Amino acid sequence: MNYQMKCENLTLGYDGRTIVSDLNFTVSAGDYLCIIGENGSGKSTLIKTMLKLRTPQSGSITLSDGLNANEIGYLPQQTVVQRDFPASVSEIVLSGCLNRCGMRPFYNKQEKQLVARNMEKLGITDLSKRCYRELSGGQQQRVLLARALCATRKMLLLDEPVAGLDPKVTVEMYELISMLNKKDAITVIMVSHDLGAAMKYASHVLHVADKPLFFGKKNDYINSSVGRAFTSMSGGFDL
Amino acid sequence: MSEIMDKLTLYFSYPFVRYALIVGTLIALCSSLLGVTLVLKRFSFIGDGLSHVAFGAMAIATIMSLSNNMILILPVTVLSAVLLLRTGQNTKIKGDAAVAMISVGALAVGYLLLNVFSKSANISGDVCSTLFGSTSILTLSKLDLWLCIGMSVIVMAMFIIFYNKIFAVTFDEGFAQATGTKASVYNLLIAVITAMIIVLAMNLVGSLLISALIIFPALSAMRLLKSFKAVIVCSAVISVISALIGILISILASTPVGSTIVAVDIAVFCVFSGLGMISGRTGK
Repeated sequence: MNYQMKCENLTLGYDGRTIVSDLNFTVSAGDYLCIIGENGSGKSTLIKTMLKLRTPQSGSITLSDGLNANEIGYLPQQTVVQRDFPASVSEIVLSGCLNRCGMRPFYNKQEKQLVARNMEKLGITDLSKRCYRELSGGQQQRVLLARALCATRKMLLLDEPVAGLDPKVTVEMYELISMLNKKDAITVIMVSHDLGAAMKYASHVLHVADKPLFFGKKNDYINSSVGRAFTSMSGGFDL
Repeated sequence: MSEIMDKLTLYFSYPFVRYALIVGTLIALCSSLLGVTLVLKRFSFIGDGLSHVAFGAMAIATIMSLSNNMILILPVTVLSAVLLLRTGQNTKIKGDAAVAMISVGALAVGYLLLNVFSKSANISGDVCSTLFGSTSILTLSKLDLWLCIGMSVIVMAMFIIFYNKIFAVTFDEGFAQATGTKASVYNLLIAVITAMIIVLAMNLVGSLLISALIIFPALSAMRLLKSFKAVIVCSAVISVISALIGILISILASTPVGSTIVAVDIAVFCVFSGLGMISGRTGK
């Protein structure tokens, strides 16, 4: 089968302690994979390993379909430094093009056009001269999503993209991500606490806790014993 | 007024005053460039620690009576920058302690060595001038001048070439690294440039006051401006103007150069903070 990312017998952890073992899954073009699990179950570690920011204890992640590790658009969780960072929106989005530059020190015209297109797509064109620290949480996430889009042609990796956003903005963010997945055929891998959203938008689910409890299509997850237990625990959801 | 002009014209006829102005401007320009990054990356303490290391190295160089102190100070400071950054990355608390340890240690050992081994009659005067840079800028030789110009050009060229990468690494190290920018290499570059600037700036303001030169213009510009590029350009302008004003005041009023410049920087910071508060209120 044609896949973009394949994880085989992956074991993750740090300082010699194992957090998750025996991860086996594949992600194909156009998938919307939602990684769920409780705090400390290794979701963020998995994300960092996919991005080659850490090395797995054992096992391997292979990319194919012309995808390189540095061409995955990454939406990290916000850091403290960023909240009062004096930078304009366009500067930040532009920094997503850095992986296209290589040794070239400055951005060229195509990259600036790409930035304009992506800002248009996410509806932040009119913010381009604004200062990042003055934006609302939802606007800041859009800016970082636009930056991630500039870094990729094929795959987005989102780490808790709606953390700290209010319900209305959360829905808008999910719709935006869903649109990118459907219209632009960008593969989405999202880490989330939000089971309801996972059930609504995802095509596949990976549930981690010590061991991978489940990997497969969303509908199979809902009918699996793990899925039933987990979803009833969080009070049900709307489909 | 004409009296002041006469006095200035007289002073400018001396080459060492002209050297001091050129060197002061260049140092101010270089030190402001990285200030923004250091402040935003929470690296300000590394700058402070390194300046103490530079003092220690200076003490050793004085004892060994090297013809040019830079030969020893530059490599020692750059090496310490690399070491400090390494420990800082592994664990945060240990890194803080390491910086405190190295910086205070270097200060103490430097002063001790100077006291025990120095042949100079006026040790406290020597120490005071290395710490607060009271006279060294007025005693620059032509070699010092060229060395300073060369290093400034290197610092500025590196900053401009790597500007976009430095921005990315400052704003979001994780993202930069995930998209293939080698963040650790650029952190190292930032530390090395910082070390170079500190060694340079020792001539102007002395080792205790260097952090002020690096941090104040950046903090002032950050009060008011909204884009990274504007903040950097503005802090460079602030830094150069403050340095020039400071040097001129110190010539006219015979005050110590370093502390006068820093005092001007502080005044500018206060003005900018005030403006920032006013514009912040009307903006919202």
